[in-house]
Amino acid sequence: MKIVKLPKENLAKFVSSLSSFGQIHAPVKRGEKSLAFGPVSDFAQIQLNYTRTILPLKKYFFKPIDTMFNFSAEKGYELPMEEPEQRNVFFGVHPCDIHGLKILDLVFSGRYVDNYYFARRNNAAIIGLDCIPDEFCFCRSTGTDFVDSGFDLFLSDIDESYLVRVGTSLGDDMVKATESLFRDIEKQDREKYKGKSIEKRESFQIQIQLQDLPGIMDLEYDSPIWEELGQDCLSCGTCSMVCPTCYCYAVFDELDLDASSGRRMRRWDSCLFKDYALVAGGHNFRAERSSRVKNRFFHKQRGFVSQYGRPSCVGCGRCKAYCPAGIDIVEVINKLRSEIRV
Amino acid sequence: MSNHRNATSLENPYLPNPARIIRTLPQIPDHQLFQIRFEKEEIAESFRHKPGQFVMLSVVGTGEAPFSISSSPTRPGNIELCVRRIGHVTDALFKLPPNALVGIRGPYGNGFPVEKMEGNSLLLIAGGLGMAPLRSLLWYALDNRAKFKNVTLMYGAKNPDDMLFKYELLNLIDRADVKCLLTIDKKDESEIWKAHVGVVTTLFDHVEIDPNDTYAAICGPEIMFKFVLDKLLQRNFPKDRILMSLERNMQCGVGKCGHCMVGYKYTCLDGPIFTYWDAINLPEMI
Repeated sequence: MKIVKLPKENLAKFVSSLSSFGQIHAPVKRGEKSLAFGPVSDFAQIQLNYTRTILPLKKYFFKPIDTMFNFSAEKGYELPMEEPEQRNVFFGVHPCDIHGLKILDLVFSGRYVDNYYFARRNNAAIIGLDCIPDEFCFCRSTGTDFVDSGFDLFLSDIDESYLVRVGTSLGDDMVKATESLFRDIEKQDREKYKGKSIEKRESFQIQIQLQDLPGIMDLEYDSPIWEELGQDCLSCGTCSMVCPTCYCYAVFDELDLDASSGRRMRRWDSCLFKDYALVAGGHNFRAERSSRVKNRFFHKQRGFVSQYGRPSCVGCGRCKAYCPAGIDIVEVINKLRSEIRV
Repeated sequence: MSNHRNATSLENPYLPNPARIIRTLPQIPDHQLFQIRFEKEEIAESFRHKPGQFVMLSVVGTGEAPFSISSSPTRPGNIELCVRRIGHVTDALFKLPPNALVGIRGPYGNGFPVEKMEGNSLLLIAGGLGMAPLRSLLWYALDNRAKFKNVTLMYGAKNPDDMLFKYELLNLIDRADVKCLLTIDKKDESEIWKAHVGVVTTLFDHVEIDPNDTYAAICGPEIMFKFVLDKLLQRNFPKDRILMSLERNMQCGVGKCGHCMVGYKYTCLDGPIFTYWDAINLPEMI
């Protein structure tokens, strides 16, 4: 992989130059404490030292609410006129969120391809940025603290500069467009990078063991833990909304006032919502809240492993940070494992 | 093309194909058989499905829902869906005028493993609306009769007026190449019902089954599954020769929306036909 160096004093200039590759989106402030990915017109808006945005990048590709197609009594179902998707450049994407997108890519591809997702995804450039974990992060345990693909460029802080890994031909074009801002890497940069890597490894406050979790979850299928979690959980679905790999959606038809035309829509759904497994006629396959909580944990940590060979959790810590009932995934996993150390 | 960009497909799997309801055949109260034909002749002629597969049917302005296909692939051209009026989509479907435009996409799901079942005997066990997907398999077997050993149908309904495809099935009783056992839960004094009386599991007393060269296909209400499974397991049926058609909430049909997930399987992709062995490994299944 091509690796170059960007002195920090050149970052603002480089980021500004990216606007020729599309609209720049980066982590910006939303209120006092919160951060969100949003369009950026001025480099000064970008929060370089952020830990997590409330919503992951999925909101751009798999929209919270989206039109699938139009319908009318005469014409039936019709795809809307295709508008060329705007090209976007996402700057400052952390490794966990890049892994999250790679997991969504798996889900939305396969035998049936979700064009709504990929039309936007294919028009997105990803510029990753390394980070230092906080008290909610456990991406080292999920193996998502580093990335070697899924980005066009990836920036790692090596004090006075960023080490820049070039992941794609588009990424190389971005470097080439402002070549004078970049330098070749030297021996001390390589050593710095390795030192930083150790520093990151050692700054994790949470370590959990996930490799053998599927087997343990099968053993604990009837554990009272699920009942207890069902008592705490509010079924609000916040964990699903903020999760970088939750992809469930509900489909519904929206009718115009003429009562003969409208559109088929989809919106984010959560397996914690009461009607998630409800079928016509009134039978609910997961009427109990505990069964819904259990299903969410099983799908992430057990089911996804069977389907795709890895858990779908990327250790971003959002569900733990934003759960209004204080449900802590790390605590749940440690309880399942009968491990007391946290 | 860079490594994290994927080709979009030319086909939009969510977009229904226009189709017409060409005939509506009332079955029992709140149940109708809809004969549907795609508007585009090339789709109507090329549409192929396996028994046990389903389609997503859209009623314009109301929504979309999954329906198992009741017709056999041996009789292509039109698709038949046996529908119970039970939710907002089916309610709208029942109100449509003749020749109404609907949307169909599919077929989806795995269907019955008919290739594997060939050369074996078939035991079809249905309760209530469970006859809908099994009718496809039944006619598939009867139209390919030489490919199967014994073909037995056990179908139970509450009373004769609740029996789907009643006259079609009554006509099979005196057919020599199929054992058609029909039963009703309880007999009314005034009724002239001449077939069996009792729950569907009582029909097991009337058949000889070799579990090692038979595939059992079950579809019906959840309570029926439990009792029928007991009967089959008592007869030492291998767990992977027991096939069940399951119902779940499905909103996409193509393994994306998540609603039909059972354990680590999508009912819409990996099912709706599962073996009893699958069910043991996916505790939520039955």
